[in-house]
Amino acid sequence: MEIRQLVCIGCPVGCSLKVELQDGKVIKVTGNSCKIGEQYGTNECTNPKRIVTSTVVVEGGEERVVSVKTENDIPKGKIFDIIEELKKTKVKAPVNIGDIIIKDVLGTGVNIRATKNNRKL
Amino acid sequence: MLEYDIVVIGGGPAGLAAAIKAKDSGIESILVLEREVKLGGILNQCIHNGFGLHTFKEELTGPEYAQRFIDMVKERNISCKLNTMVLDITKDKVITAVNGDDGILVIKAKAIILAMGCRERPRGAINIPGSRSAGIYTAGTAQKFVNIDGYMPGREVVILGSGDIGLIMARRMTLEGAKVKAVVELMPYSSGLRRNIAQCLEDYNIPLKLSYTVIDIKGKERVEGVTIAQVDKNRKVIKGTEEYIPCDTLLLSVGLLPENELSRKASVELSKITGGPVVDDNLETNVDGIFACGNVLHVHDLVDFVTEESYHAGEEAALYVKGRIKEGKRVEIEVSNGVRYTVPKYVNPDNVDKLINIRFRVDITYKNVFVSVFFDQDLVMHIKKKVMAPGEMETVKLTKSLFESHKDVSKILITLEEE
Repeated sequence: MEIRQLVCIGCPVGCSLKVELQDGKVIKVTGNSCKIGEQYGTNECTNPKRIVTSTVVVEGGEERVVSVKTENDIPKGKIFDIIEELKKTKVKAPVNIGDIIIKDVLGTGVNIRATKNNRKL
Repeated sequence: MLEYDIVVIGGGPAGLAAAIKAKDSGIESILVLEREVKLGGILNQCIHNGFGLHTFKEELTGPEYAQRFIDMVKERNISCKLNTMVLDITKDKVITAVNGDDGILVIKAKAIILAMGCRERPRGAINIPGSRSAGIYTAGTAQKFVNIDGYMPGREVVILGSGDIGLIMARRMTLEGAKVKAVVELMPYSSGLRRNIAQCLEDYNIPLKLSYTVIDIKGKERVEGVTIAQVDKNRKVIKGTEEYIPCDTLLLSVGLLPENELSRKASVELSKITGGPVVDDNLETNVDGIFACGNVLHVHDLVDFVTEESYHAGEEAALYVKGRIKEGKRVEIEVSNGVRYTVPKYVNPDNVDKLINIRFRVDITYKNVFVSVFFDQDLVMHIKKKVMAPGEMETVKLTKSLFESHKDVSKILITLEEE
């Protein structure tokens, strides 16, 4: 049996998790204080995922860039590929909070959405 | 002279929440003064997620969290003056401000809510020796460059200090293509949230060097490298542990200071420990009708707690304007044995509605200790804590029934006790 010690990133409390694995399968998560921790502990040992936040360039807006996020968590191994996609992306002002900036980014089934308004200058 | 019932100084998360609650408590005449071109304060550049779990039960980014409050302010038609710098506040609650449209503004308020937030401690405040070359920024300045202006301030980075902004920027700079070579922390522990160490450093294999500091900066025009060294438990450099790290940028994340120049002008008493005003359980300062909330009062870890506190300040300021008079005595909350301070510092027992939140921080990391609350000699709360750290704000809730069963309380003590 393998045991992994993790810090839950599900909320700012940061519970210390102990995940017990057998043949690569999670059998028990302890140390969590809510369901988020149990799910995080399980995912982290099998298919780690993260929300990615970054910016994309805006043309003709009040600010040069607009902040964006993946609307759900994406596989951790794809973080840098998604960042590359964002670097290639340019949008035109105005941008509204919640606008889809990239649909189904890299086939993950997850949209990139704006997290800020950027008015036309 | 303009006249308002309540003037809120600062349009960040604290000021917005206070204004919203004051309006909802029946005050019509409210003005928010903000020096930036936009409302929302520092949240506008905090584009990472993790905000709002307590307030909205979902995880938002900083700008999304701010926008919800900006929308609420707009729905309520609360007046805001942007691009407006407050120059002076008097203890008679006369505010002098300036902006490009109105020129000099003189405003008389019945109540003032201080919500100016905090500033980062700069290089000058920590006396790092070495060159005064370009490439040395506070982490928050770098955050503004990257997230709002869309420019990268450097390519090879060392970060001094492991506060949350430093950790967040370590990840942000990495994602944008920089190499973050180390996060260097003077103390034997990080003051940042544990989850940020996990998701910002460990995820990207960025080394966290605890009990280390920067002892020299090299480079004439631009930073070329820094020398770091280990420190002993008295924070003195240990000879022979020096290590040179080539880099072009040094980011500082070495603490936040409540921004209270205006409070001082209004004769508001400040705490030497928090740097913020000394307040009672109404979040009222020693100056009648001047209230404080958010990071200007004490530096918070979570915006959710800023919101909660600021709602309270807005409500209390509204009650003040409506003519509520405080009755009864004021009891001081004392601290000892590892508890550094409390906010509030004073309680009016007759005033307590249901309960009051007492926020505090400890001085070092503790394991398996009890937080004990004494009403005079009487132990009224004894709460076990597995871990306590200076980076995490703690709360005890004192209920109305506690005060009712201790009518003659003359002193409250919050302290740590061993098992």
